[in-house]
Amino acid sequence: MGKDVLTGVHFLSGNHACVEGAIAAGCRFYAGYPITPSNEIAERMSVRLPQVGGIYIQMEDELASMAALVGASWGGAKPMTATSGPGLSLMQENIGLAAMTESPCVVVDVQRGSPSTGLPTLVGQADVMQARWGSHGDYEIIALAPSSPQECFDFMIKAFNLAEIWRVPVIFLSDESVAHLSERVVIPPKEEIKLVTRKRPSVPPEKFLPFKPGSDLVPEMPIAGEGYRVHVTGLTHNEKGYPDLSAKVHNKLVPRLVNKIRKNADKIVEYEELFTEDAEVILVTFGISTRICRDVIKRARAEGLKVGLFRLITIWPFPEKRIMALAQKIKAFVTVEINLGQVAIEMERIVKERCKTFLIPNAGGAVHDPDEVFAEVKQIVSGLVE
Amino acid sequence: MRVSALIPKYPEPETYMGHTHYCPGCGHATLHKLLGEVVDELGIRKRVIMIEPVGCSVLALKYLKFDGIQGPHGRAPAIATAVKRLRPESIVITYQGDGDLAAIGTNEIIHAANRGELFTVVFVNNAVYGMTGGQMAPTTLLGQKSTTTPTGRFAEFCGYPLRVCELLNTLDAPVYLERVSLFDVEHILKTRAALKKALLNQIEGRGFSLVEVLSNCPTNWKMTPEESWEFVKNEMTKVFPLGVFRDK
Repeated sequence: MGKDVLTGVHFLSGNHACVEGAIAAGCRFYAGYPITPSNEIAERMSVRLPQVGGIYIQMEDELASMAALVGASWGGAKPMTATSGPGLSLMQENIGLAAMTESPCVVVDVQRGSPSTGLPTLVGQADVMQARWGSHGDYEIIALAPSSPQECFDFMIKAFNLAEIWRVPVIFLSDESVAHLSERVVIPPKEEIKLVTRKRPSVPPEKFLPFKPGSDLVPEMPIAGEGYRVHVTGLTHNEKGYPDLSAKVHNKLVPRLVNKIRKNADKIVEYEELFTEDAEVILVTFGISTRICRDVIKRARAEGLKVGLFRLITIWPFPEKRIMALAQKIKAFVTVEINLGQVAIEMERIVKERCKTFLIPNAGGAVHDPDEVFAEVKQIVSGLVE
Repeated sequence: MRVSALIPKYPEPETYMGHTHYCPGCGHATLHKLLGEVVDELGIRKRVIMIEPVGCSVLALKYLKFDGIQGPHGRAPAIATAVKRLRPESIVITYQGDGDLAAIGTNEIIHAANRGELFTVVFVNNAVYGMTGGQMAPTTLLGQKSTTTPTGRFAEFCGYPLRVCELLNTLDAPVYLERVSLFDVEHILKTRAALKKALLNQIEGRGFSLVEVLSNCPTNWKMTPEESWEFVKNEMTKVFPLGVFRDK
């Protein structure tokens, strides 16, 4: 049996770091389908999972891959898959099933230029809204965005823990640049990695209601076939898990699925701030674009411009409260993202008239040019002074 | 007499434009050229609408002077169905690889064939996902190494190579199913004849035709082109026997 946590210092690509993060987090099931630029994840998984007693399956397509994750979740595993935008689109039906059946799982989406087949080998960040709204109906997921191979490792552990705690699909919004960037990755000793597993039934089978929520709105989760009568369905279901196709039950179930994330957002949301204490203008960004913005901020500060950085770690749920608080005291937010304004539209929705909002868009294929971003930021700052 | 007069004059290809991006020794370029020649010979270039797949041949229409639509991965037969039904005077061809047709697109090909759609399928089977860098395909041979079966394909975990001609041969509707290869001149000429027959079937309104072409992938198989054609000839044809499965 191979080691599950490769403690030590490594030189890894973002994709390979995702694999090590997942295995360290306890992932023992992978089902996926080849797609650029996520392939290195499947390839490394096909070697690593058998070493640690896990199951690796190459499925016939993404529909089957995502459906297998729901099955694996109820089979007791911490499952994951990896794909890119077009594959994430195909997975949406079963992401909805995972949300409705509260099946913990992690979906890595290595974003590329889109829509459609787009730019298979080049960077994009335009799956932000697909991650949030991709399947039909009202539901909530959690989405995380790494900006380096080290974060790919660290955030994968976070992703599995969040999936297990809140019993939702967690979308890991990596991108082609982070995925193919190779950097130093430090993997800590196994005992320093804090892992969480789903709540297990606390009462005997005859008293157990599989979809009766606790105070955190999350129910306890049995494994199919271990003695608890388990019935899992995408139909509207009661606390026993059986279909109850009434407006009354529907209006209890769907709001709970949504509220377990919305009402607990404070416990889930994570972000990073840089120079926001005295900032007049704050750059809002995530993923690979964070690194461009860090450089821009360094230059701005060197020129005495009061520019700060607000970097999303969880994109969903969105850090609304903190953004509203910052909006009260600054002049403007500038969103920098490799799409045509998906986070920016969320910023406008939250900020409203509290301060100004700007967007520095990029349709994809390459990261922003820091010179151009800096020039635009300077222009925005000078415009605000006048 | 001038020497140049002795050199036979070949007609300028109308369809095939050459200069492909494919790896050295890849069968795609040969197959594109054959398809171009056959279309020229039948004089149907302006009537052809080709549906490209996702995979190495996603760029096929850069080299073949046809109208065309690039479909999502595996969905070419669904697009072809609609195009042919709306424009029955056109000659509709799908050009698909084994990942595209035999994994993600299995559903579409079986149902298009079962409906007896009047288009022609050129199915390239090289036992690997080429474009994404050499992962196991549904057609990968047992024991064959790929980036997702680094110790070889084992039936226990990955099942067996999928035989598309044999599978479609269980359906009533298809009129022509043949498996050919490109590993030597004789077989290249047989492939050419099969493509012509499949297109004639469509021109004459007979029904659904599919030509499966056993091809190579020297890059992902980690072989020289010569070795790769030997592999096609000696190993692939054992699992995927050449021949006509349906001709009615």
